[in-house]
Amino acid sequence: MKLALASLASLASLALLAAGCGGSGETTPKEVVLVTHDSFAVSKPVKAAFERETGLQLRILQGGDAGEALNRALLTKGDPQGDVFFGVDNNLLSRALDEGLFEPYKPAGLDTVPAQYVLDPEHRVTPVDHGDVCLNTDTGWFAKHGLPAPRTLGELTAPSYRGLLVVENPATSTPGLAFMLATVARYGESGWTGYWRKLRANRVLVVDGWEAAYTAEFSGASGSKGKRPIVVSYATSPAAEVIFASKPLAHAPTAVVADSCFKQVELAGILKGARNGKGARKLIDFMLTERFQADVPGSMFVLPVRVGTPLPDAFTKYAVSSAHPLELPPADIGANRDRWIEEWTRVVLR
Amino acid sequence: MDPGRPALRRGWDVATAAIPAAFVALFFAFPLLAILERGLTSAEGPWLPAGTGGLLWFTIWQAAASTVLTLAAGLPLAWAIGRFRFRGRSLARALVLVPFVLPTVVVATAFLALLPAGYERGIWAILAAHVFFNIAVVTRIVGGAWATIDPASAEAAAVLGAGPWRRAREVTLPQLAPALSAAAALTFLFCFTSFGVILILGGAGRATLETEIYNRAARLFDLQAAAVLSLLQLGAVAVVLAVASVLEARAGAASTLADEDVVLRRPAGRERIAVVTVLAVSALVLVLPLAVLVHRSLGTWGALFHETPALLVEPWQAAVYSVAFASVAALIALAVGGLAALALAKRPPGAADGFVLLPLGASAVMLGFGFLIAFDEPPLDFRSSWWLVPVAQSLVAAPFVVRIVVPALRSIDPQLREVAATLGASPAHAWREVDLPLAGRAFAVAAGFAFAVALGEFGATVFVARAEQPTLPVAIFRFLGRPGAENQGVAAALAVVLAGIAVGAALAAERVADGRGRSL
Amino acid sequence: MLSVRDARVVLGGHEALAGVDLEVERGTIVAVLGPSGSGKSTLLRAIAGLQRLDRGSVTLGDRPLAGVPPHRRGIGLMFQDDALFPHRDVAANVSFGLRMQHVARTAAAARVAELLDLVGLDGREHRTVGSLSGGERKRVALARALAPAPRVLLLDEPLGALDRPLHDRLVVELRELFDEIRQTAVYVTHDVAEAFAIGTRVAVLREGSIVQVATPERLWAAPGDAWVARFIGLANIDERGGTAFVTRPEGVVFRPDPRGDAVVSSSQRDGPVVTLRARYDDGREIVSAHTGLAPPAPGARVLVEIDAAAVTEVPAAAAAVAPLPSADAAID
Repeated sequence: MKLALASLASLASLALLAAGCGGSGETTPKEVVLVTHDSFAVSKPVKAAFERETGLQLRILQGGDAGEALNRALLTKGDPQGDVFFGVDNNLLSRALDEGLFEPYKPAGLDTVPAQYVLDPEHRVTPVDHGDVCLNTDTGWFAKHGLPAPRTLGELTAPSYRGLLVVENPATSTPGLAFMLATVARYGESGWTGYWRKLRANRVLVVDGWEAAYTAEFSGASGSKGKRPIVVSYATSPAAEVIFASKPLAHAPTAVVADSCFKQVELAGILKGARNGKGARKLIDFMLTERFQADVPGSMFVLPVRVGTPLPDAFTKYAVSSAHPLELPPADIGANRDRWIEEWTRVVLR
Repeated sequence: MDPGRPALRRGWDVATAAIPAAFVALFFAFPLLAILERGLTSAEGPWLPAGTGGLLWFTIWQAAASTVLTLAAGLPLAWAIGRFRFRGRSLARALVLVPFVLPTVVVATAFLALLPAGYERGIWAILAAHVFFNIAVVTRIVGGAWATIDPASAEAAAVLGAGPWRRAREVTLPQLAPALSAAAALTFLFCFTSFGVILILGGAGRATLETEIYNRAARLFDLQAAAVLSLLQLGAVAVVLAVASVLEARAGAASTLADEDVVLRRPAGRERIAVVTVLAVSALVLVLPLAVLVHRSLGTWGALFHETPALLVEPWQAAVYSVAFASVAALIALAVGGLAALALAKRPPGAADGFVLLPLGASAVMLGFGFLIAFDEPPLDFRSSWWLVPVAQSLVAAPFVVRIVVPALRSIDPQLREVAATLGASPAHAWREVDLPLAGRAFAVAAGFAFAVALGEFGATVFVARAEQPTLPVAIFRFLGRPGAENQGVAAALAVVLAGIAVGAALAAERVADGRGRSL
Repeated sequence: MLSVRDARVVLGGHEALAGVDLEVERGTIVAVLGPSGSGKSTLLRAIAGLQRLDRGSVTLGDRPLAGVPPHRRGIGLMFQDDALFPHRDVAANVSFGLRMQHVARTAAAARVAELLDLVGLDGREHRTVGSLSGGERKRVALARALAPAPRVLLLDEPLGALDRPLHDRLVVELRELFDEIRQTAVYVTHDVAEAFAIGTRVAVLREGSIVQVATPERLWAAPGDAWVARFIGLANIDERGGTAFVTRPEGVVFRPDPRGDAVVSSSQRDGPVVTLRARYDDGREIVSAHTGLAPPAPGARVLVEIDAAAVTEVPAAAAAVAPLPSADAAID
């Protein structure tokens, strides 16, 4: 009993030592806090560079996907957990702007970003990366079954592709939402539900989230026992498969259906009521520098918005940036998203 | 009864009840009430979201079905471990705990890989996963009770002409009934509030109260519906707990209790075959998902020591943070839970004992949200403090501490304290010489258990954790969310590390306890 | 030495002790005898300080014990079920009280050895509590209670759960031990023979009040009333109106005689004594204690001879009990 207490106590003091340096309470002028979702990542040297240049410590609070992270920011609106929010995308933008979550700021370096990514003329948010949500196909599977991989959205309703598609629930998954919006963009208000009825008849599998869809159902994901060779994922997923393969690969095991790509732009903004406004501005500026932008593909598997940023090899070879991705105006998305999700649920799940 | 120094004794009595009450009030009731208030007062919308009836129904029946299956699967194991003495018995008791303390996301992923195609999602997967998690509850509670039933009454029945099944039905079962009800009630509670399993294995469209609360709050930001559903869930849980504690209170008055040393015996003849079969099958069932994880993690163990974009620290460091936070959480749980146990033990068993488990019935996401909005300004300005993580973990660990320590304290013969007094021991001395050594074993077991449970906590931690100090469940979740074999493998490797630490803690606690102690 | 005055305790709405007076002289043993529920344990607990008195006082020597907590009273208590500390061995149990007195370790060890020797368990210091037999447990409990040399030792039916031969042997050993070390003790029991064997004086407790205090001989020869007579096992109690005539069985002789006035109806041997029951022709029953070699068998016709000195007149049993003064305490 004494031994148990002693070991607990020593482990606890370890914790105190380790974590105590982190300090308690909200932002002091010496730190800037970034609130974001689970997919955010930055490599250590880049983070260290920021801290060195600005003299500020960067603290990161992350959890959930983009939608969940945004909801948490909305929950704490006016008294935010941090200074900068990263991760609002074009699908969620209107909600964030309507709630007045952000402070306007026009960062240096915005001129290096193509106009199509600057979604808010008032500069309440700044674009940081983009990456399309597209259908991915398992090239090996199609080769083995002697079937040509689908090349358009329409082909998915054909009988030869019955039972081969897995998608995520747009109510619970960001890529799922993007794919649904892609179908709205392609078939319009009048036709998109019909399209989904056909997909349902063609035995589409719906799962809750990207992990379940990609790592467990998609046959092309390494280590997966999945049986379905078509999945909704990202344009950069094939490159990720190559980079994180257990043994070196000559070709990407998966491919992208360019016709199905829906544009995703990811933006960041300064939270209203942030404690360290100055630090927040420095962080946004830093996010548009070449150093950060060059780190983006390797860390987050999306593409940098800054023109001329060098890309890793695997990305140049395998990552696809669709020339004409499908898109919808953020305002439209904001106005109709909930209604579309309800209709989708009615048509596909019930 | 001590005619002298009443003031000191009363002060101590008040403190043992007041300190835990204050802790629960500040870190549980206050944030929960804050978020409920925010939800209920945010206008519009119907009072009860559409489909709540169906939701409630599904939640109840999947929990009931899971409970029945768990009882069926756990009883043979409880019989083997509760009646017989064999080599490796304490190891078996400890291993049974492993599924219980693993984070659900890990287990669900393992099941996804394990179950045959077509069954990985849906009601069967849910039931299988629930049985896997909760077999420990049945085995330990029922097995523990079985080991104290005096065989004399069954022998008397045998002499009067009752065959083995008759004896089981008419003599053993009634004596086991209280433990069975307690185990059933607890299992029902855990399955009722199950979250990760339903989320990952349920498939599209399957939702229980808990997952729907999460959906509404975290994804749809419909706080009002989330608040209403949370209240509904708390109410349902309170009812279950009240029923459970009444049933357990009756257990105290049940049969004559025999000492374990008298009751346990080596299995003989046909029994040996039965015991071996039960142990083998159970081992297979319990080990298989873990084996899947180990298999998946092969080849990626080196990556645990490399930097990776998925985490701000090297993955192995998450283990260090996990152990550190869980230790602090365990200490908090021991302190708060221990004091509460002292206060509760003075009363006879009753409804109050059940409500100790109430924090487990509150939705983790609502609690996490509550943390965010309740602790945002001075003097309660600690939502970014590192120590909120162990506090959140201790909220799930403390109830278990109370449940383990209270019976031990209650079973201390009050005459021992009186004898000590007549031999010259003041109340403080008596506490040190009598209560502490006799309950010390229970405290040690509780420490190990609290540590293991805190280690696996994920729901509320995710809201207050900082990226520079990830815990193992948080890290596992991050890796699971990224494509690539290596990332999935690292997730599996970290899960194996987590399982290893949990087993180690449980084994250490078992060793201290020497296999004694009856309840979970 | 120990003096209890007008002790009153109300438990759960009912009067467990209804004004008890008791005096215990130094070096003597008072056996408190009473049926279950008469308040014996409550009395002991009140003396030890484990039960608060609603009225009355307890005085030890010249020191009133009101407000003194149990651990300061210097009064030992031996429980019915031993209450040995299960997590400690024999030596640690016995030395517990010495540790509370901060006795040095070597001195304590010596005293432990001395006491274990006294109770006949020498050499068993390191046995675990679980490995002891019933009799051994009693002895350890006794040694533990005696170790801190309490001024008064209270014993609460300590020999209750033992088998007959062990019980009888231990009663004798206890009496000898207490006489040897001149221990002042209060011994509570419901067993009349035990009380008579161990007590210097016997106090009869009925429904929370002491109804008689006397030496065993005096008690037997002159019970306070018919209730006491019945309780201590006297037979042949003949109640007429407000008084009763008690005829001691040892003063009744059955002489086999075909023209006798009674027939033997039953015969029961208890060691050297045979209890004979006979029925007169007019239906009355009489009991005789026979110690000779040839007791008459059931069915034999006998002549009943009663020694006049064996007949005592006592008050009839009172319904509501009023405590009698301790005048009968005069030692004969």
